[in-house]
Amino acid sequence: MGKMIFGRFLPGDSVVHKMDPRAKLLFVFIFIVAVFLANNAWSYAVLLAFTFLVMTISKIKLRYLINGLKPIMILLVFTLFIHIFFTKGGAVLVDWKFIEIHEEGLRQGIFISIRFLVLVFMTSILTLTTSPIAITDGMEMLLNPLKKVKLPVHELALMMSIALRFIPTLMDETDKIMKAQMARGSDMTSGPIKERIKAVVPLLVPLFVSAFKRAEDLATAMEVRGYRGGEGRTRYRQLKWNLRDTLALVVLVLVIGLLVFLRN
Amino acid sequence: MNEILSLKNIAFTYVPDQPEVKNAVEDVSFAVNEGEWIAIVGHNGSGKSTLARIINGLLFPQQGSVSVLGQPMNEENLWDIRSQMGMVFQNPDNQFVGATVQDDVAFALENNGVPYEEMVERVHEALAQVKMTDFLDNEPQHLSGGQKQRVAIAGALALRPRILILDEATSMLDPQGRAEVLATVMKLREETGLTVLSITHDLEEAMLADRLLFMNGGRKFAEGTPQQIFDLGDELVKLGLDLPFPIKMAKLLQQQGVALEGGYMTEEELVNDIWISNFKK
Repeated sequence: MGKMIFGRFLPGDSVVHKMDPRAKLLFVFIFIVAVFLANNAWSYAVLLAFTFLVMTISKIKLRYLINGLKPIMILLVFTLFIHIFFTKGGAVLVDWKFIEIHEEGLRQGIFISIRFLVLVFMTSILTLTTSPIAITDGMEMLLNPLKKVKLPVHELALMMSIALRFIPTLMDETDKIMKAQMARGSDMTSGPIKERIKAVVPLLVPLFVSAFKRAEDLATAMEVRGYRGGEGRTRYRQLKWNLRDTLALVVLVLVIGLLVFLRN
Repeated sequence: MNEILSLKNIAFTYVPDQPEVKNAVEDVSFAVNEGEWIAIVGHNGSGKSTLARIINGLLFPQQGSVSVLGQPMNEENLWDIRSQMGMVFQNPDNQFVGATVQDDVAFALENNGVPYEEMVERVHEALAQVKMTDFLDNEPQHLSGGQKQRVAIAGALALRPRILILDEATSMLDPQGRAEVLATVMKLREETGLTVLSITHDLEEAMLADRLLFMNGGRKFAEGTPQQIFDLGDELVKLGLDLPFPIKMAKLLQQQGVALEGGYMTEEELVNDIWISNFKK
């Protein structure tokens, strides 16, 4: 679990790190849709090349990505084999005992794997180069127009940022409670699964109780500091849209043009 | 002197529909002058925290009235009045709203719609006042308790309030953190003439105040300078309040027949008097 990098933030100073979170979110969102445009070898090659280009610019090492995404890689290899063995169609490439590999199966397997790979890499690059709070800010700004249809955008963003802010606090607390329960003789790390699940209950109950207490305290503290909803609030964290953000999106549009041109 | 805050005949109960339950606060009146440091002391359940919440409009009393800067508090001017009062609570973690120190200090400013440029200026000014400028981008989990409380004070100061309320703000801190926070408050008072209202059961903190308000069972039991309050001596002990160390020590020495005058507010006064007491003979 410790090595898993999906959703983790890796501070740095690359161009990608410095981009406006709104631009990055839009970029990834459009990219995800664009991935489904590819339908032949050339277009998949373009996708793959583009993803590696973005990775290089963001100064994230390929090895780091692959290592950190190991569980997802296993899934990827699994889908690859499923396709190779079970998709029929086209010329038969291998016919050995009960194994029968068709051309179409190999093709599909490789394409789907590449599609999966670029999606996971691109979203990982987004979260690795953007702090969670910046992502929240970006989301809030991008979703702002939805306020017109009564979506509580500000409240959702605030909830998100408070949740992020309290993750380490609650982690510490969990650790403390765990030690306290262990000191009382509770064993959480060994024994059959059923016992271990049972041992979690005396951990969760105090954690929930204290989380509610914290929530109440925080609500009071926020009220005292004049919080009364999103109306009339100003923002301290400002987002700045630079030339590089526009350029990144322009490049993406060009890549999409290329994909449309290459696909059958 | 300017009266900045006054409470008149405040009575409050958490359970208005159960008249048999004793009121949490009963018939409390007092006034605070501008620039004063008032400490409200009393043991658990004496109604001192309830009182703080009433002053800030978090709770509305069933009887009596609260006036801030001459205006009686009501639903309409509540938010204006709140922006005049900064409040710091007990738990350093549970009042940290922002993701980083500067975001947290800016929170109250954001709520009050302060424009961006002014916000930046005020955040820096407030952090300089509590000497936390170096920690601008730190996350709360990388700060000590005392540092977090100083950030909370900065968050309150950013609005440039007239009154700072400390609701047991030092009770969860280690001695060093407590000293840090108290030193910060003292320095602020010297520099800005801020009015401070501290709710505490730490008597060392209470002794820093100009005036003490001693709460017992929801009522105001006594009011006066620290000297006057601690002169009550045994009466305080009977009500479950410990005496500050120098006073207790002097008392014990007097019982042992050491000729001392008593009424020492600091350890230093006591020590000085002990070692010159022999010269007096």
